[in-house]
Amino acid sequence: MFLGFTASVQCDNRRSDMAVCSRGLDKFATSLRFCRKLQLQNERLLSTSVCRPAADSEPPKFVPPSKPVIVDKTQTVASLRKFLSPEFVPPRQRTDPFKFFLERKDMIRRRKMLNIPEFYVGSILAVSMADPNASGKTNRFVGICIQRGGKGLGGTFVLRNIINNQGVEICYELYSPRIQKIEVLKLEKRLDENLMYLRDALPEYSTVDPEMKPVPFSPTGEFPVNLIKVRMRPKPWSKRWERPKFNIQGIRFDLCMTPRQMEGAQKHAQPWLEYDMLKEYDTTKLEQQILKEVQQEMSK
Amino acid sequence: MAFPRLLRQLPLILVQSSSTILPKNFSVSTAAAAIQKMTRVRVVDNSSLGNTPYHRPPRVIHVYTKNGVGKVGDRVLLAIKGQKKKALIVGHKMPGERMTPRFDSNNVVLIEDNGNPTGTRIKVPIPSSLRQMDGDFSKVLAIASTFV
Repeated sequence: MFLGFTASVQCDNRRSDMAVCSRGLDKFATSLRFCRKLQLQNERLLSTSVCRPAADSEPPKFVPPSKPVIVDKTQTVASLRKFLSPEFVPPRQRTDPFKFFLERKDMIRRRKMLNIPEFYVGSILAVSMADPNASGKTNRFVGICIQRGGKGLGGTFVLRNIINNQGVEICYELYSPRIQKIEVLKLEKRLDENLMYLRDALPEYSTVDPEMKPVPFSPTGEFPVNLIKVRMRPKPWSKRWERPKFNIQGIRFDLCMTPRQMEGAQKHAQPWLEYDMLKEYDTTKLEQQILKEVQQEMSK
Repeated sequence: MAFPRLLRQLPLILVQSSSTILPKNFSVSTAAAAIQKMTRVRVVDNSSLGNTPYHRPPRVIHVYTKNGVGKVGDRVLLAIKGQKKKALIVGHKMPGERMTPRFDSNNVVLIEDNGNPTGTRIKVPIPSSLRQMDGDFSKVLAIASTFV
């Protein structure tokens, strides 16, 4: 606005100069005074010397504008949280712990080559995988992680997406040499540890745009849990998710089942199981120990 | 006096009752292990035979394998619209090997006896592991839109 006004003043100035040349000389003096007045005004109005006509002989020195600092918010930062991938924790069994120790060594060797980021069930991932059937090509699949499974080198995760109205799931092995890149597009947790019920949910809940840009997240501290509750297709489902053994929080049961039906599902509850001391498997100490070991090895 | 109000509420009542009483018109055969005889399948190409509605879903009546279980890349014989027609399995519900896709439906593509596809376009993604049998079904792979 301001610049535009000054520029118009400048133009008027020049035009009036031209007009003056064609007319008589007696008017010239008055107009010159008028012009000077305008120019003074200009000088007062304009701070830069760019718009000035060649009044001073030498051109002003070029000062390059300061470089703008562009913060790329799409670039995701490596997480600084203390996070131990669940496949590091050995299962509760009588196998020699030395076997798991050796597997951890191999896992760390692979992790030094391939960056396996921190992610959870509910996060949106993109995986690039070498395609052995099409030589030299990679296969990129974007989807929501619905399950993590396997221990040690056999750790897996399942990605789900809906492409052309067709639900597709791929189970990836974390330590497979075919995997070339794992990107976290959206770091998120959901209400449940297993989202297999998305198979029976409405398709909009498992649809992910394959061209999705990564959503920035803070590398430290907590990130919010997505509290979304999904609406389901009409029954029959692949499993009876309302049964207490699944303990599903992320389904709107009130839309698809009557209170009477929900009551009937509670008949299958086994509330005594949580007091079974033989089934307890507390891994907190073990996790701390393994995390320390992994961090030491990774920093080597 | 109360009758018009009842009339106004009638659609609402109908909607509520339909959401609580679920229809029982689905078929109750078990979720099959991959593809076997009598498996209902979904035809995913744009052939007119597979896409015109018919009161019976297409069913597998024979699987051309030694053990009678069809996986991705196997040929099957379909009973579709009262005819017998060969088809190629291009995806099934049962999870296969790791790193291969698992689909939400049992998908087939209709083929002629010589292996040429009947349709001209496949609408859904196709597993890229089908590419290893490129020699037999190169024409089927050529009409695929996406690979996963």
